[in-house]
Amino acid sequence: MTCDIYGQFIDQHNGSERLILSFAPGLLPLQQRWRNNGLSADFMGDYVTAFFPRDDADPATIQRQEEIKGAVSYIANELLENAMKYHDDIPGELIKIELILTAEQIILTLTNHLSDEQAAAFVRFIRRLEQSDADTLYMEQLETNAMSGSSSGLGLLTMINDYDANLAWQFAHHKERGVDAQTQVVLAV
Amino acid sequence: MNGIEGENYAVNLDPTAATLNMSGTLRLNGMDEYAPVSKLLSELLTLPGSPTLDLTKLGFLNSSGIAVLSKFVIEARTKGIENLRVVGAQSVPWQTKSLRNLQRLMPALQLDIQ
Repeated sequence: MTCDIYGQFIDQHNGSERLILSFAPGLLPLQQRWRNNGLSADFMGDYVTAFFPRDDADPATIQRQEEIKGAVSYIANELLENAMKYHDDIPGELIKIELILTAEQIILTLTNHLSDEQAAAFVRFIRRLEQSDADTLYMEQLETNAMSGSSSGLGLLTMINDYDANLAWQFAHHKERGVDAQTQVVLAV
Repeated sequence: MNGIEGENYAVNLDPTAATLNMSGTLRLNGMDEYAPVSKLLSELLTLPGSPTLDLTKLGFLNSSGIAVLSKFVIEARTKGIENLRVVGAQSVPWQTKSLRNLQRLMPALQLDIQ
């Protein structure tokens, strides 16, 4: 097995609060499963609110809680939608989303299985991200998508541009068994 | 009134007010599932008056939905519509983060975040 890392992938976070959800995508057709992406994402968004309590007398705490809840929910939903769309469905290979809370960060890591071809296309997109100004690429992508009728890559670009998230990836290549891909999104809190 | 009702969302076009209201949670799968929404958005641009897109009650929108709104704004720009108004809510986090990009696509767009 060989491993490629893009960005600052965080591997060590022992002792932190964490929430892990796993899915066996082959159990249900994508159409039937789709709404569960939103349910799971909203659950994660709600879950973190306990750690950012609101004081009804202080509007800033209310806004902060709503912003964090909205950001976690949006990002988790985008990660799950992408994973469900592009997962290489091999029996036993689960899709996993993990939320980790530290004093300074919220870390969402999505793991799924990709074919070698899917992984190569994903790496091409990541390299383009690394070599471009993310804001310019985002606006270009909005124009390109409007012409092509797609929404490709937009989820990751909104995370960077609209949510100030830091993204990183780890790809574990297995001989003749595709790639375990991890996409990590870090929000400063 | 022309409209679409989904499990957690509603999209309604009021032709007399030239206003399209979107509400609830919109997380459809890709541009194909958004086609009926796109159709209503295009219809809004054919109405007389000042077209208004009211998003104040749209709590969540996924990135495919953001692509749909961007496509709509680019369509308005291409048609030379100069009085398009998009209304959002300060209390809805995604709107304060992502709606400003619509104005970057079309600087003449009037964006009201209330």
